[in-house]
Order: sequence, then C-alpha cells, then structure tokens
Amino acid sequence: MKNYRYLLLRRLTQISLLVLYVGANIWGWKVLQGNLSSSSVLGVVPLSDPYAVMQIAVTGASLGIDILLGALIVTLFYGVIGGRAFCSWVCPINMITDTAAWLRRVLKFSEVQKRFYMNRSLRYWILGLSLILSALMGVAVFELISPISMAHRGLIFGMGMGGGALAVIFLFDLLVHENGWCGYVCPLGATHSLIGKFSLIRVWHDAAKCTDCRSCITVCPEKEVLHMINRSSESVLMGECTNCGRCVDVCQEDALRFSIRSFTKQPKDEE
Amino acid sequence: MKTETPNERRRFLLSIARGIGLSAMGALVWSAYVGEVKAAPLVLRPPGALDEAEFIKNCIKCGLCVEACPYDTLILARPGDNLPMGTPYFTPRSVPCYMCTDIPCVPVCPSGALNELSVTSYVKNKAVLDINKAHMGLAVVDENSCIATWGIQCDACYRACPLLGEAITIEHSKNDRTGKHAFLKPVVHPDQCTGCGLCEHACVTQIAAIHILPRALAMGKVGDHYIKGWDKEDEKRLEGASIEVTKTKISEKSALDSLNDEGGL
Repeated sequence: MKNYRYLLLRRLTQISLLVLYVGANIWGWKVLQGNLSSSSVLGVVPLSDPYAVMQIAVTGASLGIDILLGALIVTLFYGVIGGRAFCSWVCPINMITDTAAWLRRVLKFSEVQKRFYMNRSLRYWILGLSLILSALMGVAVFELISPISMAHRGLIFGMGMGGGALAVIFLFDLLVHENGWCGYVCPLGATHSLIGKFSLIRVWHDAAKCTDCRSCITVCPEKEVLHMINRSSESVLMGECTNCGRCVDVCQEDALRFSIRSFTKQPKDEE
Repeated sequence: MKTETPNERRRFLLSIARGIGLSAMGALVWSAYVGEVKAAPLVLRPPGALDEAEFIKNCIKCGLCVEACPYDTLILARPGDNLPMGTPYFTPRSVPCYMCTDIPCVPVCPSGALNELSVTSYVKNKAVLDINKAHMGLAVVDENSCIATWGIQCDACYRACPLLGEAITIEHSKNDRTGKHAFLKPVVHPDQCTGCGLCEHACVTQIAAIHILPRALAMGKVGDHYIKGWDKEDEKRLEGASIEVTKTKISEKSALDSLNDEGGL
C-alpha cells in the first residue's frame, strides 16, 4: 500500500474535483462551479486558468476582474506552494497519459521501439506560438483546441466528439512517445512548469540512502528532473517536476521524500 | 573555459531556425483551423453578450452561465458542433431563452463576455436587471412559409412573444382571394425584439417560418448620410455638421456654364 500512497491520493483528488464539478452542473452543488478554465468556489472565490487568461489578455480583450483575480490566486498557489502539481493532481488528462505510460511499461514498448525523437522544449515553442497566434487572430487559440478543456468540459457538460481527441492522446502516448503529450507537447503544462519553478514543496533526494535501483527514473514522467539520483543529495528543483510523488512511492530505500525546497546540495561521496 | 567554436554557434543558430520553421508550419495549420471556427456567424449567444468578435475574445469557456440557466437553454459548443469550441450558445427551436427576470446567466460571468450593464435599466436611479433590453438575435419571418400570410388563422408566435404586442404585432389586411376574410400577418419590431426565440419555438410549421438570426446577419444599416427630415429628433444630427465641397475639373464652373461651354467655339 505504501508503494501507491501518492498515486492513490492523486487519483482521489482528481476524481473528487471532477465529482464536485459534475455535481455543480447536474445537481446544482455550489462547492465548485464552472470548469478548469474558470471556476467559482462556494460561489465566492474565483479560480482561473492563468494560461487561458494570458491568451485572452494578448487578444486585447477587456478582461473581467473575476478572471484576473482567479488567475492571480491560482498562480500564487502553484507559484509559492504547489509547483507543477496541477498537472499530476488536478488535470484529468493525467489519468489518460498515466495509463498509457503504464501500459507502455507493462508491454515493454520502449524496449522494442526505436525512440521517436521529440525535444522537451517543444512545449515552450507551442506556448510562445499560441500567444503570438492569439494576439494575431483575436481569440485564445489554444482554448479552441485544448484537449484538456475538451475533456474536462466534456465530462461536465457533454462530450460531443471530444472523446476522439482523448483517444488520440492516449494512442500517441502509448504508441508514439512515452509521456508524449504531457512531457513534450502540452503548453498548459509548460505554463505550469514556469509558474511552479520556484515553489516551496519539492521532492528531496537523499543520495546516501540511494541504491541506484533506478525505479524512480522508470516511473518518472519527466526523467530529466531526476538528474541527481545517486549523485548528490538535493531538492528536485527543475520546474518540469510535476510533484506527482510516484518516485517517492516506488523508492524502497526512502531516498526520496517530499520536503520544503532546499538550496544546498551535497555530492554522494562526501557523506 | 569553454571556447565557442563556429560549429557550436552554427548548431545553436540552426536549432533556433528549426524551431522557427516548425512554429511557422504549426501556425499555418493552427490559424487555418482557428480562422474557420471563428468565422461561424450563425450562432446565438446568451443575453448581454458582447458583439461576436469581442465575445469570443473575452469568453473563457467556463460554463458558469450554462450552469446558472434553469431551463438548460444554454449549451457549451462541443467538438463536432462546428462552432467556436466551448463557447455558450442556444438553439431556440429546441430550447428558447425563457427570459428570467433575474437573468441568472449574466452576473456569474467572470470574464465580462456577458456584460451586465447592457441588460441593466435604471428605475428611480436604482440599477435593476432588465431582460427586455437583451438583444440575443432578431426574429425574421419567412412570409412564404408563414400560414398566416396564406390567410389561415394563426397567431402562435404573437401569443408566445414575452413582449406581447410590442416585439411582434399583427398587421391586418384584406384577403382579396375570398373577399370577406382578413390576413393577420405577424410583424417583428427590431427595437423591441430580444431574440429569445419563444416565437420560433412556438411556430407550427414543419421548419419554423419565424426564426432567430444573429442581429449582425439580420439587420442592415443606413449609415449617417440619410436623415429623416420630418423627424425633429433626427434633424438634430445636423447641428454642427459642416459642408465639405469637393472641386473636380467638371465642377469648377457652375452647371449652366459647363453646359454652355462649347469647347472654345
């Protein structure tokens, strides 16, 4: 059970949030109304997707006070505390891409398939492009194609043909590239990487306990962030870390745990 | 210290160039799609919505208006609806807007895409929501398929209209075919019509003979250069107007001189 602690907690969070949103539309619950683009907590506190608000801002729209305030609250929360936790604790696509990644590992696709080359910085290019296009075309362009909002809206308000987009992401992650969508393409994830770069909650690696079994690297959706494994004791500081806690779950030696950001590091051999 | 060899610089510049190339490629596909969905003009928005171009700029697609609507009139455009995805709209033939007096869909809008001020009236200097000020669309009658214009008695749209006798009135005229009956034709008045679609919903023909169109599509515009000379209010627009005279080669002389000019003869 200990090996699945954070995974189960994450699924619980993701599903509870979905249930609250769906309940708001079907049964009129007031706890969490709207969707991930913009919500209202208890009918009072606004929460908005900072990336969507950014796209709307560059179109030259007049920007309602609620979405500005909502985006500020969300940015502050992830920026100061949560890091990129949105991607692994809230986003509904995470369940799809995690499943695809798990299936890939079980079916050993990565061992057989020649690696399809994609650059991790692709998502930042897409992020930049989306802002330029939004400004030029006068509409938030990623919001018109976003499979994240599509999935979330779909579950709350009716899916339409949106299921197709989700199937494509699943198959892309399963057959083309491990963690292809979240780790390479998604500009919302890129935004959250930038927002969460300096947050306080970080995974801490204790190199002294590490036996170099590499289980953490196998399960990590953003393997680059674990560059210190078995090398030095330090916090996982890269903004791309989603704070999913899978590495903490699978580590049998307690060499990884959540802690408050630490700025020091210590090479392993100095212990 | 690492020295930068020409090869490294080349590699760096080339990788930037590759990124720009890929972005341009992506921009081509992406903007083509966005251009298409943005151009979908046949869509009816919730009350208080800004003009379509401003509306799709502002709307964050959160669905709070949809959740607030007690009649399930509003729908968020789903993939496959061929409308700007995620934006709220309604189809009056299925579910019209029932014009709630407290307009629950508008104040909840966090982005300002639904503008509360546009549906607010002032009663004794107090701001009150006024759904009658909404302009979601405009009812248009297709006289060919309206059975009232055939001479058959039908006033379904007139009776369904929440602004009874204001937004739709009945025009009487003699039915020359029978010589003893009357045509009772519905006439829509654009200033009053809110575009709620209750008329379209009520229409008895197979495909509604009265239907709601977005106002931008249904209405023309006279422009500033015509003034109702018989209307004192409209005449006021002339106050402070200045006359601009353009001189061309022909208008240099007066018309008479111009006609009498025989080309130097």
